[in-house]
Amino acid sequence: MLRDFKPTENKSKLINRRMFMLTTAKLAIFFVVIARLFYLQISENIKYRSLSERNRLSEWKLPPQRGVIEDFFGNKIASNTRVFQLHMMPENVPNIEILFFRLSKLINFDKRDRIRLLKKIKNRKPWEPIVISDNLTWSEFSKLNIFLHEIEGIEPVVGVARNYPENGSFSHLIGYVSDVSQVDLENSKFLRSIHVPGLKTGKIGLEKSLNNSIVGKPGFQRYEVNAYGKRIKEVKFIEGTAGQNFKITIDSEVQDLATKLLIGKSGSICVMDIYTGDIVAMVSSPTFDANKFVHGISNLEWKKLISDTNKPLINKAIAGVYPPGSTIKPIVALSALENDVISPNLTVQCRGEIELYGHKYHCWKEKGHKFIKLREAIKQSCDIYFYEVAKRLGVNRLAATAKKFGLGEKALDVLNEERLGLVPTTKWKLDNIGKGWVIGETMLAGIGQGFFQSTPIQLCLMMARLSNGGYKVMPRIIHDAYTLEPIIATWRKEFSKKHNEIDSNTEPNSDDFTNNNLQKLYRNPENIKFVLDALYGATNEPMGTSYGSRYIENKYMFAGKTGTSQIRTITQEERELKLKNKDLPYEKRDHALFTAFAPYKQPRYALSVVIEHGGTGSSGAAPIAKKLIKKVIDRHQFRKEQQEDLYQEI
Amino acid sequence: MKGKYFYNRNLDFKEKFLSLDFTLIFLILLLGIISFFAIYSTERGNFTHFTENHIYRFFTFFVVFIVISFTDIRFWYKSAYIIYFLTLVLLFGVEFFGVSASGSKRWINLIVFNLQPSELMKVAIIIFLARYYNKIPSHSANQLKFLLQPIFAIIIPVALVITQPDLGTAILIATGGLVVIWLAGLRIKYFFYSFITFVCAIPFIIALLKPYQKIRILTFLNPERDPLGAGYQLIQSKIAIGSGGLWGKGYLNGSQNYLDYLPEKHTDFIFTLYSEEFGFIGSVLLLLIYALIIQRVIAIGRVARNSFAKLYCYGFASAFFIYVVVNMAMVLGLLPIVGAPLPIMSYGGSVMLSMMLGFGIVMSSKIYGKGSSIS
Repeated sequence: MLRDFKPTENKSKLINRRMFMLTTAKLAIFFVVIARLFYLQISENIKYRSLSERNRLSEWKLPPQRGVIEDFFGNKIASNTRVFQLHMMPENVPNIEILFFRLSKLINFDKRDRIRLLKKIKNRKPWEPIVISDNLTWSEFSKLNIFLHEIEGIEPVVGVARNYPENGSFSHLIGYVSDVSQVDLENSKFLRSIHVPGLKTGKIGLEKSLNNSIVGKPGFQRYEVNAYGKRIKEVKFIEGTAGQNFKITIDSEVQDLATKLLIGKSGSICVMDIYTGDIVAMVSSPTFDANKFVHGISNLEWKKLISDTNKPLINKAIAGVYPPGSTIKPIVALSALENDVISPNLTVQCRGEIELYGHKYHCWKEKGHKFIKLREAIKQSCDIYFYEVAKRLGVNRLAATAKKFGLGEKALDVLNEERLGLVPTTKWKLDNIGKGWVIGETMLAGIGQGFFQSTPIQLCLMMARLSNGGYKVMPRIIHDAYTLEPIIATWRKEFSKKHNEIDSNTEPNSDDFTNNNLQKLYRNPENIKFVLDALYGATNEPMGTSYGSRYIENKYMFAGKTGTSQIRTITQEERELKLKNKDLPYEKRDHALFTAFAPYKQPRYALSVVIEHGGTGSSGAAPIAKKLIKKVIDRHQFRKEQQEDLYQEI
Repeated sequence: MKGKYFYNRNLDFKEKFLSLDFTLIFLILLLGIISFFAIYSTERGNFTHFTENHIYRFFTFFVVFIVISFTDIRFWYKSAYIIYFLTLVLLFGVEFFGVSASGSKRWINLIVFNLQPSELMKVAIIIFLARYYNKIPSHSANQLKFLLQPIFAIIIPVALVITQPDLGTAILIATGGLVVIWLAGLRIKYFFYSFITFVCAIPFIIALLKPYQKIRILTFLNPERDPLGAGYQLIQSKIAIGSGGLWGKGYLNGSQNYLDYLPEKHTDFIFTLYSEEFGFIGSVLLLLIYALIIQRVIAIGRVARNSFAKLYCYGFASAFFIYVVVNMAMVLGLLPIVGAPLPIMSYGGSVMLSMMLGFGIVMSSKIYGKGSSIS
């Protein structure tokens, strides 16, 4: 029975006492809880607040817009254009097979795309968009938009992609961009630091070498995310910085003509301003469509490109190496004159061949040039004469001059693909082949054969340095006013000095030259003048090797040197058969070379044309140069408008 | 003779009504209202079935509370053993007809809602022991023969609940019972001896623990050992509470809650969410409400005229305190995560029912303790 406490009972007191103890303990425990709350919410608040923010927010980087590359006249060469893309949100797709079926009816969507997408879906979170196609045609895109309401889970998106001229005229020089590969990431710390999905990186050409400045800075979107990583809402959006824009020295019109001139041929063309060093055109053939790489080239097309024996992926203007052949003769002559080895009046009898230590050395002209002097020897490109000059000069002195004029060194320092070429010396042979130099090799060097290797851009530079009066000009491909201004100023000074020199006949102060970065490459200006005059003869006088390609008008008149670089030793039998190049199989034919400068009276441009297996320089290369020179000269007036003139008085 | 031992049976309704403890009722209602807002916030401001159910349950069981309050304390005294055994039968029933959810079998399907008998046992054990010790003088409480029945009365349900498995509730049942035994007069030294025995038995207990329970204890000792697994709840809970700061992030602005970082946010971690949104000030205020409720129950116990009512009120107050503290200590990282709801605040029907039942008997002892005099 439930009963009240008896008045005397101490049970109640005991219970109350114990409860009092318990209450005291409870208060203490409450205090501990409050202390803990204080610790977490007040003392450690900042720590937990930042942890909470980190929980809450997540950032997504956005690929930045690549800088635009323009040509000298501001035409966009590598630009960013709108592309039509199709994205898919896997979580919104009710039935993937039905989606694929519908897509196959609307757009170009085959089995391979299907496999690729299924693989991607497996590896991604369902709310991450997947790119189904990043280059839809307008008709596909509009068709999709019509049927959009019937297909769930897809989203047409207008994106940005790189665009290049379709004729491929810039494919080698500009290169192309493509998805960042694992190898790219391993090789570049910079790429690792900015890498975002969808980022494209330059793979070759200027796109590659300028990549770090042209790529831009990625932007980011800060999203609130839930515990499962799903984006809830955008909190912050910082647009990326577009990459730096670049202007290059190329004239697209000249470039396009050069590309056209090389269609069906394997070779390259370089055109350079001999004073500023601006490269006006640089073309390699055959070329390819760089746009194909932007969206991922198909396997078939890739295989076709790499199996092509004409090597369309190589930029032959800077990475093709050829013996310079006779195009080096002006340098051999200059070197000999500068070193006082010969005088222009040295007369050599050319019988078509000479014999040295039992080995026969031939002239290209079987009948020989009879008795010949230096000017005629350059003009008619007499090999026998230059054997003699080389013998007297020696290979090391020749090499020194050749190097001064740009052979054996990288002409540009912006393109990674550029090759060095080779200017042989006795030391080089000893170091690299381990054998001593023999006199026969000197003779071959005298006609640009043997070990000599040069790239077309080097040949062009060589001609530029000769034709500008023997000054060390550096080729430029990236155009900017800051570096151009001092160059023009220096030349102006140089020209006005020359002008005064003629007037007052005073010696120019050579110190000024070095101060202004204009390095003289000659000892006696008369020697340069002599060589240039001989080159005039080679193009503009009967018997000259490129006489057939001459212009009579002063405006277009040019002077140049042909070269035919042998890629094999001609056997005695072949000589007796008098085989012409066109009778030989293609891959055995000689390379045709031509270097020139124009206009002759007031030189401004130098160029080199190299046609692989193109036969002789005079028949294979010079006619192409002729067509191009006219264009280059015609374009000069427009180019002049873009920059300060070199001559103050004109 | 009769009048001396019994409460006055013949109170009229007005007297009964006036002897209600309105402070306690106010505090419970206040807590209930706070809990509505807290549950509503777990749903990011959408009025879903969680909030709806919680409100229905609160008011349904509030009515139960009032009904029990007006039921004579002698009825509860008489039914104490029956209540205990019925609850025990339900607990056995769970073993056979129980409903499983997330790896444990705790519920009996009562069509209207799933009843969790282990929650009812929290109160039933206190009623049972209060009645048991009603007539036993304090000094006799230390005799072995008076100790065996209470020990078994605790061990049987605790063992049943542990096998469900539900360690948290088992511990709460056990501590609630032990507090009553102590209040009834058992010397503290026996608890000390038992504690020593328990410590010695720990290795054997560990061998019997389920792997997930072992992980929970290890995780408690070092939450960062598995930040995405078992430690995740505790880390996220601490982040939520800690980021609340002094004033909190504001109602419906708890980002941890909003973004689903909080585990079990309707039930065991409701305080985490509350604390994130209302900060240190809000948390201390909530704690104060709980403290006042406990104080009211103790105050009712102090004036109780009989051993049963006194033991019950004190026992319930202590048990209630333990539920609150264990839950808070758990989400604050002071105790391992064992699965203990916060009374009244947490979503859950059985716990709400058992707490309202508990308060009802407290109130009943107040109403029917009035009007009779010792003299």
